[in-house]
Amino acid sequence: MSRTLFDKIWDSHVVARSEGGPDVLYIDRHFIHEVTSPQAFSGLRKRGIPVFRTGQTIATADHNVPTEHQDRPISEPLSRLQVEALINNCAEFGVNLYGLGHPYQGIVHVIGPELGITLPGMTIVCGDSHTSTHGAFGTVAFGIGTSEVEQVLATQCILKEKPASMRITIEGKLDAGVTSKDLILYIISQISTSGGTGYFVEYAGSAIRALSMEARMTICNMSIEMGARGGMIAPDETTFDYIAGREFAPHGEDFQRAVAFWKTLHTDEDAVFDKELFFDAADIEPMITYGTNPGMGIPISASIPSLDEMPSESDRLALEKSLKYMDLQAGSQLLGKPVDYVFIGSCTNSRIEDLRQVAALVKGRKKASHVQALVVPGSQQVRAQAQAEGLDKILAEAGFFLRDPGCSACLGMNEDKVPAGKYCVSTSNRNFEGRQGPGSRTFLASPLTAAATAILGFIADARELI
Amino acid sequence: MSGFEKITSTFVPIKAENIDTDQIIPARFLKATTREGFGQNLFCDWRYEKDGSPKPGFILNDPIWSGEILVAGKNFGCGSSREHAAWALADYGFRVVVSSFFADIFKANALNNFLLPVQVSEDFLQEIFARAEGNHNLLLSVDLASQIIRIESGGREESFEINAYKKACLLHGYDDIDFLLSQKENIEAFEKKHLFSQF
Repeated sequence: MSRTLFDKIWDSHVVARSEGGPDVLYIDRHFIHEVTSPQAFSGLRKRGIPVFRTGQTIATADHNVPTEHQDRPISEPLSRLQVEALINNCAEFGVNLYGLGHPYQGIVHVIGPELGITLPGMTIVCGDSHTSTHGAFGTVAFGIGTSEVEQVLATQCILKEKPASMRITIEGKLDAGVTSKDLILYIISQISTSGGTGYFVEYAGSAIRALSMEARMTICNMSIEMGARGGMIAPDETTFDYIAGREFAPHGEDFQRAVAFWKTLHTDEDAVFDKELFFDAADIEPMITYGTNPGMGIPISASIPSLDEMPSESDRLALEKSLKYMDLQAGSQLLGKPVDYVFIGSCTNSRIEDLRQVAALVKGRKKASHVQALVVPGSQQVRAQAQAEGLDKILAEAGFFLRDPGCSACLGMNEDKVPAGKYCVSTSNRNFEGRQGPGSRTFLASPLTAAATAILGFIADARELI
Repeated sequence: MSGFEKITSTFVPIKAENIDTDQIIPARFLKATTREGFGQNLFCDWRYEKDGSPKPGFILNDPIWSGEILVAGKNFGCGSSREHAAWALADYGFRVVVSSFFADIFKANALNNFLLPVQVSEDFLQEIFARAEGNHNLLLSVDLASQIIRIESGGREESFEINAYKKACLLHGYDDIDFLLSQKENIEAFEKKHLFSQF
């Protein structure tokens, strides 16, 4: 029988299946971090049980860590306690930790791929909704809650009903200056933040095939912002080339055997999806959000929708509420709007390719004096690579500050917050009320748009600076 | 944990749609290492002024609205996977959340904390909101065993879906981990033939 890529991976991980009940799904790799794991370890302690497969559990500290002076003790007491709890839990239960100060530390969804821990065909979970990122390698990867983190620690399995399947096909070529971030913001603006709920999405088509692994990760990362359980892309030569030689990836003959298997990981030609959507890459411009959920996005040169364009009363109320929070006018343009902050980072856009794009655009230019520009690399390895390529100097000369790795101002758990009422163009994934700090106002966009905005001091179309 | 019985209660209606888990519990409150105490910061930025005083316009600050049931607009619980959102709702005293649509991860987290997500039709949801206007004593009853939600007394009712396994867990106070631990032999047998043990 013809099967989708998702079917092939899911079905090969089912340990037990019962009528009307969820599947017992085996998990190959489990990433944990300081914020959503402490209560799970407490649960194990209470039951008096160990971590079942310590070798398949990988820990790092990212959500709650400072992005300056990581060599010093964390000054914020609650953050320090939480990071210390992770250190103690990992030591007590025998889990490998890439904590602060370790050369592999970084955002959990950046380090998994760059270390070769994330491999095609795997099931991967983490107590973080952006676990969908790993789907770029042809994995079934999804975010879970803390009770489920405890389940996986205890048994390396999770109880889940198999979700429905959706394929989103994007054909054609993205224009110069249009990135994978724009592509995913465009799709979410078309189908809304609940358009993918209940589905596991496969992205396909020539526009996807042409993307680098970093760009594919950006797409899969934001699957959750349309409500999808996860998103995935079939592995191909781009994938194999990325994986080859990475620390924990198979090497030598093992790698060849692995590639032979990975080549079987694709959707069969006549496989049927529960839902199919099609988009044309040529329709996509650089995108930016104007509201308080990631579905409220427009092409950068367009105007914010007017209230009477809204299809329903509840949409009109939602738009009104969002624009009140953002202090923006319905029907107005965002181009030219002055901003206070630019944040380049997060599990969506903090990889070396993102930093290269930003550095290439800002080289020889200076940021506007009223803008604070934060560049937070996704990992120590990304930071080291940026330094090796001299990107840190280019950024510094342009007035951008390259910090230490972490989730940072994406969710404002550490000191990196956008103050109340201030505007920030952010390469992160959520523009919810207060996401970047209480009262903060977020415009989601690509690293190119963020960089161009920092240089000019107002929301700008990067294509004019390239 | 004890079983989940029929609940008849007044409710708190919040009409907003797409309520994300950052609104339910903002990230800055996720620094705790225990599950308790999140209720005091439930909907914190909608509920309190900067100085900590209650915002007068927000429904949780209006004592005429109370109950064990929260009724909210569609796509409730979208965004971050933080289980702290379910902990905050349960800790505040809610045992049921009614909406016309739930985000996947929130729904799983709620069920794992014996907080029952009841998905109703948009029409039924709007009727609850409409009937609640000016009637804060209106009761909803939620019967998990028969999977029926009713607007009391004797008003409209609707059946709701729940996975049979999860229903049994809630009714009898079962726990997923107990079930998974009972599968250990199956899991070990699976591992022996699983491909990834070969790389």
